[in-house]
Amino acid sequence: MNAKLPNVDAQALFHYVLRLGDLSLILGQRLGEWVGHAPALEEDLGVANIALDLIGQARLLLSYAGEIEGCGRDEDKLAYLREQGGYFNAILAEQPNGDFGQTIVRQVLIDAFQLELYERMTGSLDERLASIAAKSVKEVRYHLRYSSGWLVRLGDGTEESHARVQSALNTLWPYTVELFAEDDLDQLMADSGIAPRLSAVHAAWSARLEGILADSTLLRPADRPHLWHGKRGQHSEHLGYILAEMQYLQRAYPEACW
Amino acid sequence: MEDKHQWPLYEVFVRARGGLDHKHTGSLHAPDAAMALSHARDLYTRRQEGVSIWVVPSTAIVASDPAENDSLFEPARDKIYRHPTFYEIPDEVKTL
Repeated sequence: MNAKLPNVDAQALFHYVLRLGDLSLILGQRLGEWVGHAPALEEDLGVANIALDLIGQARLLLSYAGEIEGCGRDEDKLAYLREQGGYFNAILAEQPNGDFGQTIVRQVLIDAFQLELYERMTGSLDERLASIAAKSVKEVRYHLRYSSGWLVRLGDGTEESHARVQSALNTLWPYTVELFAEDDLDQLMADSGIAPRLSAVHAAWSARLEGILADSTLLRPADRPHLWHGKRGQHSEHLGYILAEMQYLQRAYPEACW
Repeated sequence: MEDKHQWPLYEVFVRARGGLDHKHTGSLHAPDAAMALSHARDLYTRRQEGVSIWVVPSTAIVASDPAENDSLFEPARDKIYRHPTFYEIPDEVKTL
């Protein structure tokens, strides 16, 4: 099972794998809020499918993180029993759903990021991450097909739908900077051949977004300096509410299981 | 009968495995054909039910009128000689 860990500081790798896992976990939890509320029954299932894919990815990543840490924490303990500061997702994932258009914009931005990241991570020197990336990349490719399909229809739709998704794009765009802001940990992972360079991921993401936004007749907002540090555990006010709902059961009934 | 608040209806056909026919599995609403395909994937192949999907606008289907069943289907009832039931089937033939 626990074949061999890559030759890199375990604490750093643990932290990095949590970044990947938490992005999927928190986004999946957010998408789950649509269940029973989506604009049509068909979208209800479409969004729920994506949420389940993301939570599946989170399970693989958090299980791996638990093994790296070696303190006996499994995927459930990591998902449900950490404090807010122990989550390392970029804060774009925790931004509110807003209307369906805003959810779609957030989804396109993150789907395209995960696609470019995982495509490159299939060649990771960390075999476990390489295999998780290979499995996830197929799911993410469909997620982007779904979300960008909707973005094109809404952006190139009615005056109302165009205005709403453009406004959502303007609101969410600044948070994308954090996805690509390379810190010491990202650098260490790239230097060790575990993760791709974020600059390469960013270039590919930008090119892909360029095409999707053009098809959607949406304007790309200007990049601005960022002050977000979700990847270091500093979150927006939204994460606390997400965790309150997500962790309620495990907090109220410790060790409860199906 | 165009309802602006409701997406058009599509019929979904799924092929379970290579070599089998596409079978009608249900219907769904979608804003256009490409989205209908996406919805069909999410609704009808969640549990590996298929390897290929067709979607067809329901309005493209011409259906027989149940009121005409008497004239359409009744006449075949007493023509049993149209069934190949008078042949001896060799035991070796398993899948006829």
